Amino acid sequence: MSQVTVNEAINQALAEEMRRDPRVLMFGEGVATKRYDLVKEFGQRVRNTPLAEGIIAGTAAGAAATGLRPVVDLLFAQFLCFAMEEIVNSAGKLRYISGGQFSFPLVMMAMTGAGWGVGAQHNHNVESWFVHSPGLKVVMPSTPADFKGLLKAAIRDENPVVFFNDIALLSEAGDIPAGEVVVPIGKAAVRREGKDLTLISYAKTVHTCLKAAGALAELGISAEVIDLRTLKPLDEEAVLKSARKTGRVIVVHEASGMCGVGAEVAAILAEKAFGTLKAPVLRLTGPDAPPPASFPLEQSFVPQQDAIIEAATRLIEFGQTDDLEEPALV
Amino acid sequence: MEFIQKPDSSFAKIITDDSPAALLESMMLVRAYELKLPEIGIKMVCTSVGQEASAVGVMRALCRDDLILTNHRSAGHLLARGADPGRMLAEVMGKSTGYCKGKSGTLHISVKDLGIVLTSTIVGGELSLATGVALSQQQLGRPGIVVCFFGDGAASEGIFHESLNLASVWNLPVLYVLENNQFQAFVHRRETMLTDRMNSWAAPYAVESQTVDGNDVEAVHAAALAAAQKVRTTGRPFLLETYTYRMHGHMEMDDQSYVDRNELAAWAAKDPIDGFKQRLLKQGRLGTDDVAQMEAAVLRKIEQAVAFATSSPYPEFSELTTDVYA
Repeated sequence: MSQVTVNEAINQALAEEMRRDPRVLMFGEGVATKRYDLVKEFGQRVRNTPLAEGIIAGTAAGAAATGLRPVVDLLFAQFLCFAMEEIVNSAGKLRYISGGQFSFPLVMMAMTGAGWGVGAQHNHNVESWFVHSPGLKVVMPSTPADFKGLLKAAIRDENPVVFFNDIALLSEAGDIPAGEVVVPIGKAAVRREGKDLTLISYAKTVHTCLKAAGALAELGISAEVIDLRTLKPLDEEAVLKSARKTGRVIVVHEASGMCGVGAEVAAILAEKAFGTLKAPVLRLTGPDAPPPASFPLEQSFVPQQDAIIEAATRLIEFGQTDDLEEPALV
Repeated sequence: MEFIQKPDSSFAKIITDDSPAALLESMMLVRAYELKLPEIGIKMVCTSVGQEASAVGVMRALCRDDLILTNHRSAGHLLARGADPGRMLAEVMGKSTGYCKGKSGTLHISVKDLGIVLTSTIVGGELSLATGVALSQQQLGRPGIVVCFFGDGAASEGIFHESLNLASVWNLPVLYVLENNQFQAFVHRRETMLTDRMNSWAAPYAVESQTVDGNDVEAVHAAALAAAQKVRTTGRPFLLETYTYRMHGHMEMDDQSYVDRNELAAWAAKDPIDGFKQRLLKQGRLGTDDVAQMEAAVLRKIEQAVAFATSSPYPEFSELTTDVYA
């Protein structure tokens, strides 16, 4: 075990996979500048590009379909707007359209989330856009070990993977096991076991949930924390298993609520675990507003520990007192 | 690397005959195929009637290792490369025997075995993919250049400029074939740009270019041979503009009410097939019997294609969710 930051974990994954497979290459705006250690080792396989997200993503798709395994860094998630055509229409659909003649093994990385006060055109959690797009996988890790292991799995995957890096986590350090670390795509992790209720989350809010679970324990409430890690394919089994155990679920994420991942989780639970639920499924999410730049405002966009504790307490009381009041949760 | 180790035999069926007779017959096949579509009730289709010389002239100048990207107006490119009109028509009709199992339909047929590697129907989509295909050729040291077909409409998209610039900066072997057919869906090109010949659009990116009469198959063929050779030897991109005319509407349902009748008549007089046929007959390079035989052979092929496609089954419903993920 060694303590490494998320940034270093990403670098380790890239270097190991490029060493393992000569078809892996990486390009994007400033990639060769920021990851010069990779340039030294891999030369032309690590490239800077013009500032043009559409052609970066399209080039990755074309290369993936014809024998390479590109990883591209598109910097901030909002810049994916410039590459939606290439990601959604080409990488996501051309396998199907071609009747399975091509596959698109590529990884598209982008940073997102509150933490740097960069405002709504650099910070906006849009992962659900890609979850909604067929042919794509979507990954959003929360720990250095998962960043490394999931990035390696994403590079080895035969499908296009959109890999979101939560800005607030990039400098966070954590343990990474020695040796080969590959975390399977599509598998959630139980971060803390509990029996009274389940907090389901991903990315930075997993850590908020863990802190809230610690505080809830002091109140005598045992909260389980599930880290989805992969948003598509969603680990339905893990979600259902925990919900059936605790009967109470709160989904917590930074992205806005409507049609977000939390809505999907709630729908799955309503369809497949209704009989075992002891209370309605709650969502704690960002508001329907562009993320602000002002630091305190930006922080208030993200579900906080107090709100989780408050919601958890009300959920436990549900059925014992009156019906759950309309939750003014954010 | 399954794609790279593909046995050469899979490319064997690619027609590379570029004799005058072959060029003429190929153009005739494209025309007959496309005219057959509305005749059998298929009107939601974008045809390239009038542009056959561009497709055939370029395609027959390519090698079997070259990789091709095309677009929604692709029947000419596919047929000139040797695609089976029966499997193409089956695809257009949504049959399981189509090249893409009926999942593409008319708009985005690709045929990996023929080196037609990707087809995007988002205008300009192929331009974003071509650089990636060329990057594969460069990084994996494969023979073969990349040839990307698009029109004046696609060149109006920002991605055209991004693509040429990246191909130039990274020395990517892409032959850009700009089929300037004067129309961008339902709008004449003169409403949307102030340049006439569009080859000048390559210069800002330090990409060499040329414009050729897109209705003269021999001129296109010669220009494409030279351009492809340049891309092969320099490893750099080249833009070839084939200046031509879209004789039919954006799709067959389009009544062309917006089209200048005089302009249409002027271009009809420059029909690439009639013109070339007359030239070959006049110069004694082909006899009237040869032409008659050719026409009969083409019609037979089309009838066989129709029979094959109409008798083919639709895909099983289980195909709805296959091929989504690898």
